[in-house]
Amino acid sequence: MATGFARSIRDSLSRTRNAVFSRVAGLLGTSEVTDETWETLEELLIRADVGVETTLYVVERLRRRARDEAILHADELQEALREELRGLLPDPAPLNLGGREQDVVLVVGVNGSGKTTSIAKMAHHWQRTNRGVLLAAADTYRAAAVEQLDIWADRVGVDIVKGPPGGDPGAVIFDALQAARSRDKDLVIVDTAGRLHTQYNLMSELQKIRRVASERVEGAPHEILLVLDATTGQNALSQARHFQQVVEVTGIVLAKLDSTARGGMVFAVARELQLPVRFVGTGEAVEDLAVFDPDAFVQGLFE
Amino acid sequence: MVVGHLPYLNADSCLRVGRQPDSGPVLHPKWVSWLRCFRTTEFPAGLLGQRNHPQPYCTTDGKHNETDSHSEKPGPDTHCLYLELLRRVDAGRGHQILSQAPGHPKNQPAPRNLTKPTFPVTIVTQCCEFCRCNVRMFESLTDRLQAVFRDVGKRGILREQDVDEMLREIRLALLEADVDYKVVKDFVGRVRERAVGAEVTKSLSPAQQVVKIVSEELVQTLGKPGRLELAGPAPYVIMLVGLQGSGKTTTAAKLAQHVRQQGRLPLLVAADTYRPAATKQLEVLGRQLDLPIYGGGETSPPQICAEGVQEARRRGRDVVILDTAGRLQIDEDMMTELRAVREATSPVETLLVADAMTGQEAVSVADGFHERIGLTGLILTKVDGDARGGAAISMRSVTGVPIKFLGTGERTDALELFHPDRLASRILGMGDVLTLIERAEQAFDEEQAEQMERKIREASFDLEDFLDQLQQVKQMGPLTQLLEMIPGMRGVAQQVPAGATDDQFKHVEAIVLSMTPEERRNPRIIKGSRKKRIAAGSGTSVQEVNMLLSQFRQMQRMMKELGKGRGDMQRLMRLMG
Repeated sequence: MATGFARSIRDSLSRTRNAVFSRVAGLLGTSEVTDETWETLEELLIRADVGVETTLYVVERLRRRARDEAILHADELQEALREELRGLLPDPAPLNLGGREQDVVLVVGVNGSGKTTSIAKMAHHWQRTNRGVLLAAADTYRAAAVEQLDIWADRVGVDIVKGPPGGDPGAVIFDALQAARSRDKDLVIVDTAGRLHTQYNLMSELQKIRRVASERVEGAPHEILLVLDATTGQNALSQARHFQQVVEVTGIVLAKLDSTARGGMVFAVARELQLPVRFVGTGEAVEDLAVFDPDAFVQGLFE
Repeated sequence: MVVGHLPYLNADSCLRVGRQPDSGPVLHPKWVSWLRCFRTTEFPAGLLGQRNHPQPYCTTDGKHNETDSHSEKPGPDTHCLYLELLRRVDAGRGHQILSQAPGHPKNQPAPRNLTKPTFPVTIVTQCCEFCRCNVRMFESLTDRLQAVFRDVGKRGILREQDVDEMLREIRLALLEADVDYKVVKDFVGRVRERAVGAEVTKSLSPAQQVVKIVSEELVQTLGKPGRLELAGPAPYVIMLVGLQGSGKTTTAAKLAQHVRQQGRLPLLVAADTYRPAATKQLEVLGRQLDLPIYGGGETSPPQICAEGVQEARRRGRDVVILDTAGRLQIDEDMMTELRAVREATSPVETLLVADAMTGQEAVSVADGFHERIGLTGLILTKVDGDARGGAAISMRSVTGVPIKFLGTGERTDALELFHPDRLASRILGMGDVLTLIERAEQAFDEEQAEQMERKIREASFDLEDFLDQLQQVKQMGPLTQLLEMIPGMRGVAQQVPAGATDDQFKHVEAIVLSMTPEERRNPRIIKGSRKKRIAAGSGTSVQEVNMLLSQFRQMQRMMKELGKGRGDMQRLMRLMG
């Protein structure tokens, strides 16, 4: 898996024309560490959306290490940077899926972050590991969101349970869990309406959705994945914080990493909330999803 | 009106208003008056010693009224009253006042550390030269700059190194707002030039002065608000482009409704043949708005768009809005397709629809689209979230095209014209008072305000009116969201658990709703068994009902006293207008 992931990350980053991190190697080169090096480093991290606070934190740690470990050359610094960045990402425990009659995965995120496409990709991914996948189209709010998922379900070849436009998302999940049981499907992925994390009412609706799931299936939802758009900046942290507060997010799906965006905000999110990244979306096709591997991700940033 | 028992909300949030020096009044008089009415009813006369307040009046719009300004007659001016409160808080005695305020729970001391964050003493800009109030604007950046300037204040002059330090703070503030790294660099350079040569004036502290420079530069960088330029022969074609998920389809519908309100006849063209059900989405929106849609064919987007324009001609529609598929600016095939659409339809407007949450990628996106297809304007979406929107600055600086609209919600009417000063405030974390005022204006109509005034004058303000007021405030949106718009309250709003204040609201509302009309008009008849029934009906306790009733009685008393005062009353009437 790791090599596959490394390849897809490399592929997606190679498509980018000015992937900032790929400049790290060149810029840091073998020259000596000077004041300018630190400034360059700061710029690289900020331009990759790592965020001001996390950038200052990483640079400060590196400065200390450079002093303590007598790092004089930039290539040694690069190695240290890699370690520091890797250190920010938690080692992911296996997904809390499998070993029970029915798994429920709830997918949440702000409008336009890429939830529906990511769900199609995940359905495809899990279907290939011989899971019986059923989708619950609980975005009854946005116009034609259900149709969009329906088309995906058709393409991927998985079952789908739909709600009427404007219907109660809780009812859709109720039906989906029922249907999964009778059709012998062991993995239900729930698509929810996009909501800005500042909308209190919609956020409490998520709590209700979650409650409906947990009443029907013990321990459900077993995973709550937050989809973040890789082009998002510092707001990603606010999104993660808010969703975490309301529904206890268990992991991140980083969508749209095929753009020139670097997705550096996962470092900030990981540092503050210890949330593991689970999947990375790297393109428009249903296969364009990679299981996240922190080592390969960090490595990929430098290649 | 005392809402629940939220003394800090009462005493603080609504008072934090004022105007910026030199920029004229920013508060709509109606809003100011509403707040003032709120306040005078809240604090018992004499509590702040305002009876002997030496200050002349400040009138509603912050200007001195000709006849009032030089009047020697001392009177309780609410603004000055608030300033007095601030002074006492500054002196560490704010808790004494708060614990006496009617909104405060009985027998419970107010916290003593009333400076921050429970009671942040900030903002309130100078309302007039007479007030000598402590002008503090642009809180968050100013706070950071204060530390830098602590010494400067003593010396009275800016040294090079002071400037360096403060520029670093400005730089970090902008980077935190997602402004592009390079754009920040240029920007800070410009600020430095102006700051070094700037004279230190008496009316503003050095920190305020620098922030003023930053704000002015920001407003200038954000540029003048753009309008739709519909010129030449009809039909006018508006092409919307952008990344996936930036909000093009929703914006297309909003824009169609906007031009229809201006008397145009829009036609929406669904040219996204890639995303599943994209056409369907536009169809549904079109049906909701009763607007015609063209599209859904199997042909290529350039052809669909060209046919759409033909269709518009045939049907006599004069504005054609093209909803194109989301694409990456580096996807050459897709960009070639956009060029083909452009050539087939000759749009008068090519608008980039971009997510306000975009990070450092903003420059690459805007530049990519501008370079390849040529943009005429920007639309920033999802501005109703809590993103600072620094991307706007980046995109605007790199393309030089004006920002034309802001998308502020999922409803189809949630499209606002762009105001550079408001966005500048937001980017600097200074709140958005103007939007708050607009919402207030939408929620409170003139007639209701007049009615309120009459009720207060006749001392007939009852629980029915109270309920009306509650519901109007609710119309303005969730309280926490409102709080965030008030300068300096962003931090507070984040500490209030989501919905907590709205829950308080709900309880109060539930209690009042559980009363009979008779009881609402005459709360005096509410005794033991009625209280029990109301508590049961509203899912609250008898204590809570008691608390509400006693707060309401206090309020009525205040209003009666207000009604008796002659000169005061006249002013209040003016305030209410």
